Amino acid sequence: MAEYLVLIYENEESWAKADAETFGQMMAGHQAFGEKNAAALRGGNALEPSSTATSLRRNASGEFVVTDGPFAETKEQIGGYYLINAADLDEALAVAKQIPAKFGGVEVRPVREMH
Amino acid sequence: MLATTVRITRDLDAAEECVQDAYSRALATWAEQGIPANPGAWLTTVARRRAIDLGRRRDVALRSQRLLVTDEIAEPLRETSSGIEDDRLRLIFTCCHPSLATDTQVSLALRLLCGLSTTEVARAFLVKEAAMAARITRAKKKIMVARIPYRVPERPELRQRIDAVLTVIHLVHTTGHTSPVGDRLTRVDLVERSLDLARMLRGLIPNDNEVASLLALILLTDSRRVARVGDEGQFIALADQDRSRWHQDSIDEGLALVSESVRSGRAGRFTLMAAIAAVHASSPRWDETDWAEIVGLYDRLMEVWPSPVVALNRAAAVSFASGPLEGLGALDELSSEPQLSAYPYLAAARGDCLRRLGRMRESREMYEEALLLTENAVERRFLQSRIDEIKG
Repeated sequence: MAEYLVLIYENEESWAKADAETFGQMMAGHQAFGEKNAAALRGGNALEPSSTATSLRRNASGEFVVTDGPFAETKEQIGGYYLINAADLDEALAVAKQIPAKFGGVEVRPVREMH
Repeated sequence: MLATTVRITRDLDAAEECVQDAYSRALATWAEQGIPANPGAWLTTVARRRAIDLGRRRDVALRSQRLLVTDEIAEPLRETSSGIEDDRLRLIFTCCHPSLATDTQVSLALRLLCGLSTTEVARAFLVKEAAMAARITRAKKKIMVARIPYRVPERPELRQRIDAVLTVIHLVHTTGHTSPVGDRLTRVDLVERSLDLARMLRGLIPNDNEVASLLALILLTDSRRVARVGDEGQFIALADQDRSRWHQDSIDEGLALVSESVRSGRAGRFTLMAAIAAVHASSPRWDETDWAEIVGLYDRLMEVWPSPVVALNRAAAVSFASGPLEGLGALDELSSEPQLSAYPYLAAARGDCLRRLGRMRESREMYEEALLLTENAVERRFLQSRIDEIKG
């Protein structure tokens, strides 16, 4: 068994414009996904929009520079994640394909094993 | 052999080391004791034992690999050909896993399935050796770290996954059939590797029409290899080829495979491409070519595999079925296709239609445009000769 972090990238503008019904469908979709894949799920959360993010970088003299916003400005931002258990990549992809991500897609990253 | 060993090591680098080790032991042992009855099985057994040893000595942290190794020891060493074939099929699906970029899939197939060295793979794709070595190392690392499985995919996915394998083999073939750059029209090494791979896959998946058809397509296309190049190394177009120089054994084998595929069920993209190649292969002369049949097959191909390149080939066929004016009309519709903007065959096909219509000045402009986009020396000479004919 190995762990994979599945990052959900979606267009935040589309989310902001979504009506209550769409929102409800998405939430129900995640609920159903969670129930169906309970055995594989190690955790997961939805995140507040990237406008609430704060990024930290060090400048040349080693001091922290605090910036308002996400680390990388892209059209699709991380809006949530799941941590899953899977025997191999195919199994992880099969689980990840069931994640509702109407306004984007997901990225599957193996978690590094520390020995 | 590599395919069998990697099942034990679950690590491509380690498997390659074990295989090399087996070869060097073979040199020493066989020199003393003579060559065994089945050298292939001998080598595989030694490589597998080495892999099992290696696995035992590995860090405790690699428990999952340990488990695999233990399972393997419990099982008696089985050297049936079917066991080795299963391993090879697994390795094909690992190399052509959709989570790897297509370029990477092709490189891995040549490196691990055809046994080309990294230097040879780099030369095949005209990239620097260091860059190719880095690409292959990255891919092996991803296979291990992300756990790209070493197994034949299951039913619901199998069709799509076979298609990915066929795409890789076809890409090796087209790159070899007309080399994108260089001073030779054909890269015989790549053509032959694609033929090996297609045959291997056909042997492993004998009841799949698309697999059979890819082998047919490669055989039929390659049957013209010698006839495509003249005595002075010049390109000879299909219309002008001496058909008695076509390789008849390849044609016979290819035609048998195509008719088998066409008869049984819904035709996929490789079956239709092979059927088109079959019409050419079974036509005794250029002017007896059944162009209506070819256009019909392209229409069906557009349904299952719509792409600008297929549309371009269809338009060229239309120019022979219905005349150059109709062909030109179909080609003009493609002039705004972004995918064809740097594709020399669009300009060349328009040049050809215009030449046949007697519109020489426009034809020459088109051939000149094609020349700008072509980097293969043999194809450049062909285009230049067309331009010279018009000038003269």
